[in-house]
Amino acid sequence: MLILTCPVCGVTAEETEFHGGGEAHLTRHGPGSSDDEFQSYLFMRENPRGVHFERWRHVYGCGKWFHAARCTTTLEVFGTYPAQTTEPPKDLRKTISQKRPGWTWRDLT
Amino acid sequence: MSEPVTALGGVSSDARIAAIAEAPLQGMITLRADLSDSAVKKAAKAAAGADVPGPGTVHLGDESGLCWMSPDELLLLCPYAEVTETLERLQKALVKTHALAVNVSDARASFTVTGPRAREVMGKLCPVDFAPDRFAPGMFRRTRMAQVPAAIWMSADETFRIVCFRSQAQYVFDLLTVAAQPGSEVFSDGKTPALA
Ligand SMILES: [Zn+2]
Repeated sequence: MLILTCPVCGVTAEETEFHGGGEAHLTRHGPGSSDDEFQSYLFMRENPRGVHFERWRHVYGCGKWFHAARCTTTLEVFGTYPAQTTEPPKDLRKTISQKRPGWTWRDLT
Repeated sequence: MSEPVTALGGVSSDARIAAIAEAPLQGMITLRADLSDSAVKKAAKAAAGADVPGPGTVHLGDESGLCWMSPDELLLLCPYAEVTETLERLQKALVKTHALAVNVSDARASFTVTGPRAREVMGKLCPVDFAPDRFAPGMFRRTRMAQVPAAIWMSADETFRIVCFRSQAQYVFDLLTVAAQPGSEVFSDGKTPALA
């Protein structure tokens, strides 16, 4: 079972109280972007076995969006952090490095 | 003049492991605003007669109170007959503040679950730890009851109050009566233990 803690209201609950919002930290290429950029924004996603970063919404609770870092094989949640950021916080990346040495995700390590 | 009625006409069901009842009409106002703003705090307190509660808590007076819904949302409870007047006061106090206050009394249904096994009934329906040391009067929780959203608090040691959408009232009442079926007790000693 995937158990998440909402960083907005502090509630810890299993995943059915939340709703997954797909991959985190996408750059939204819109008007003025190249075809390649737009295509990659629409279709290209990570599909990792291991460390992954996602958007989640506390849909049955406070209703707010947030980010989560978790392991796709064990469902271990490394941490959750606010939606208002374009990359995972440093201390969270350090925690992940301790638990999954050598992890990579896009250009993050 | 129309006669306001609750969603299910005040149904109740007693011969169960906990007593289920639809609550009488309740004034409810949704207030969305920056809850750290002192003008908002002041206006909410004046309207509800209670201080703005912190995350996951509720401040209740006799008939009025404030529930913490999210970092930018409160649910104000007041007597049904006073909701129009309370809303006007609140809106007047917030006229210069970026805020939204709406009367949602008739858009909601409300239930009580009462008895020593009320925690067991609620525990069957929500992904929430309802052990006495985890959920107690004064706390407030928005969650899921089976397939619909609900807001839950305890008005006494063995009494839960539930607020749901009015259109889902029958569904929630049916859920509660099934979860409280005679013979469906969960813990032989009637004491809900903590999960972990
Ligand atoms: Zn939340």
